[in-house]
Amino acid sequence: MSDVTLTIDGVSATVPRGTTIMQAADTVGIRIPRLCYHPRLSIEGACRVCVVEVEGARNLVASCHYPAEDGMVVRTHTPEILQLRRDIVELLLDNHPEDCNTCERDGNCELQRLAYATGIRERLFAGERKHYEKDNLGPAIIRDPDKCILCGRCVRVCGEIQEVGCLGQVNRGFKTVVMPAHDAPMVETVCTGCGQCVNVCPTAAFLEKDATADLMKAIEDPEMIVVSQMAPSVRAAIGEAFGEAPGKAYEGEIYAAMRRIGVDYVFDTQFSADLTIMEEGAEFVKKLAEGGPLPNITSCCPTWVKYCETFHPNLLHLLSTAKSPMSMQGAMVKTYWAEKMGIDPSRIFSLAVMCCTCKKFEATRPELFVNGLPAVDRVLTTREFAWLLRNYGIDFTHLQPEEADNPLGESTGAGVIFGATGGVTEAALRTAYYLLFQKDLPADALNFEQVRGLKGVREATLDFEGTAVRLAVVHGLSNANEVLDRLIAGGEYHWIEVMGCPGGCVGGGGQPYAGANAVPLDECLLAQRASALYNLDAAREIRCSHHNPSIQRLYQEYLGDPLGHKAHELLHTYYYPRVPMGVRPQEAQV
Amino acid sequence: MRYQRKTLESPEWWQSLDAYIAEQKERNRDHVQSALIPVLHHVQDTFGYIPVKAINHVAQQLGVPTAFVCGVASFYSYFSLTPKGIYTISVCLGTACYVRGSQAVLDEFCRQINCRPGESTPDGLFTVHEARCLGACGQAPVVMVNDVVYARVTPEQVPDIIAQLTAEAQAESA
Ligand code: FES
Ligand code: FES
Repeated sequence: MSDVTLTIDGVSATVPRGTTIMQAADTVGIRIPRLCYHPRLSIEGACRVCVVEVEGARNLVASCHYPAEDGMVVRTHTPEILQLRRDIVELLLDNHPEDCNTCERDGNCELQRLAYATGIRERLFAGERKHYEKDNLGPAIIRDPDKCILCGRCVRVCGEIQEVGCLGQVNRGFKTVVMPAHDAPMVETVCTGCGQCVNVCPTAAFLEKDATADLMKAIEDPEMIVVSQMAPSVRAAIGEAFGEAPGKAYEGEIYAAMRRIGVDYVFDTQFSADLTIMEEGAEFVKKLAEGGPLPNITSCCPTWVKYCETFHPNLLHLLSTAKSPMSMQGAMVKTYWAEKMGIDPSRIFSLAVMCCTCKKFEATRPELFVNGLPAVDRVLTTREFAWLLRNYGIDFTHLQPEEADNPLGESTGAGVIFGATGGVTEAALRTAYYLLFQKDLPADALNFEQVRGLKGVREATLDFEGTAVRLAVVHGLSNANEVLDRLIAGGEYHWIEVMGCPGGCVGGGGQPYAGANAVPLDECLLAQRASALYNLDAAREIRCSHHNPSIQRLYQEYLGDPLGHKAHELLHTYYYPRVPMGVRPQEAQV
Repeated sequence: MRYQRKTLESPEWWQSLDAYIAEQKERNRDHVQSALIPVLHHVQDTFGYIPVKAINHVAQQLGVPTAFVCGVASFYSYFSLTPKGIYTISVCLGTACYVRGSQAVLDEFCRQINCRPGESTPDGLFTVHEARCLGACGQAPVVMVNDVVYARVTPEQVPDIIAQLTAEAQAESA
């Protein structure tokens, strides 16, 4: 492809043909203000904040979709443009609730930043404002149309990256609203709860349902024993919520912070990540030996499970029946541990801090309850947890690291990497190899580079002592569809790992918002978070789930064998097709 | 009394809809979404509006997310998502009609049947609408009732038109 050279604000830029003016400007350090644009989504061109002047063109053009051409002379900040941009943002504010002080996104809102950057210092008009009901009926996602500025990013992330298509822009002009089909409550729709709409929303039109109040009540209740767990990815991203650079893991600090806020026993989801590997690894090896049903498709991601139930009900028999680590952990807390401690399980408040919005939904699935009690009582996202720490005045980044409690706090490197796409596969391979050949992989062969990284679809064929094992690892539901379509068309796989969110759990819908200079879903950011986890794994002495001493003890003392009777009762589940049946977009809507 | 619009809906009709969808899908193979508009027209022609069950059905058959179908059906003013009365009264507010006093005609219709523009009477008889130029400017102000054109309408004629339509409907349902 040939290059074009253009001048932007007097600076010369040479870029490949087909590049937009905005992208060209980015390469020479000119950041044209933008709002509806997102680098991983199709171009909407709705907000017009990015207008620039092109010499010779009759009108100002939207730089996010206008292609750069050879010899073009572009100006991005003439007085006319600055004025127009301010007017555009002011018009958005005219129809936006002025409640920044009490808004969840205060200090982290793109509209707020833009209003400041465009120089809006006073409000001149009070226009007519829309008003719609908030939808907070579901357990995971809240939709607040009053905050919506119709940039359409949520609609696009839901349709393009996730191929869920839950959201659309309905009606026209002033009456336009982003909503699910028939304005149904999100919980009654095809929404998978992944929370990527929350991640990409520039304002607070989508949020997770708050669970902090319930936790605070439980902490203050002398009758309740609060027992916590946290997902691997929380430690990889929480620093960002306190202004730290991405990529640094905080583990001991979180354990310490949990104790400071009044959690009685601090455990770790990674323990049950190891447990999941014991069960799912055994299940996989059994399926391999018995010839099916294959492939084994992972089921620890609740977004993926709901997606499969809604969009691929014919594939449900392939999902691993092993519960997710969160639900296994909750089940163990309320049975094994409660019995060991002589505590009445109904006095236990089981808290999970997760990188995920959908885990809130998972916790409400009745088939995951144990003896009539929810395995997990409340789920907080990483964001909510960070907020709680601020609320309690905890100087998080300066805490002295502490250890988790035992026995449900001990984990291996295999449990840590669950948070990155490919991690479950890698962890499972380490244990499956042991189960197949009664010996461990050599220490230098524990890393499976083939399944690491951020490529949307990674396929590999491993040579397991002469047996070919065909794997696919995907993240983001549109990528899942790519592999599933191949599978349905007769493609052969032994193992498919699906994580609903881009990047896997590190990119979950409950992670800290991208900061002022970052973009949600940015691959660099996801890679940094993932590397924090891989570094933790590499530094562990024990890197295979089956060597976790606490896991071994759990089987000896309580569960018996993997896939045994007790394990089956407490650690496995089932799935069912859901109504409304989803309609998958038949083609990429580029 | 409640008036019910005669609908052409029947099991055979749904089958013919599926055939029509398949045909449109084939024709718009490169961009299925483009098949939506003709299909929605087809639905509206039968029901007089686009019912929820038809939206869901069309989405499934066409393979377009339901939320997207809702978006298209609600965007175009031609489509209606609520049932229409037996008589749809469209009062033209295009320039020619407007300068010849069509606003007063519209107001009178609204007053007589006690509805705002876009609404239907609870008995299912009338729906009143504002229209933009109906292409009959020479006869302004123009009112259309279903597909019958009323030329040079004055507010004074409105009660008569209503009475005549009501009588017609009563005769028909008797
Ligand atoms: S960013 Fe270009 S139009 Fe919105
Ligand atoms: S303006 Fe009414 S018919 Fe043209």
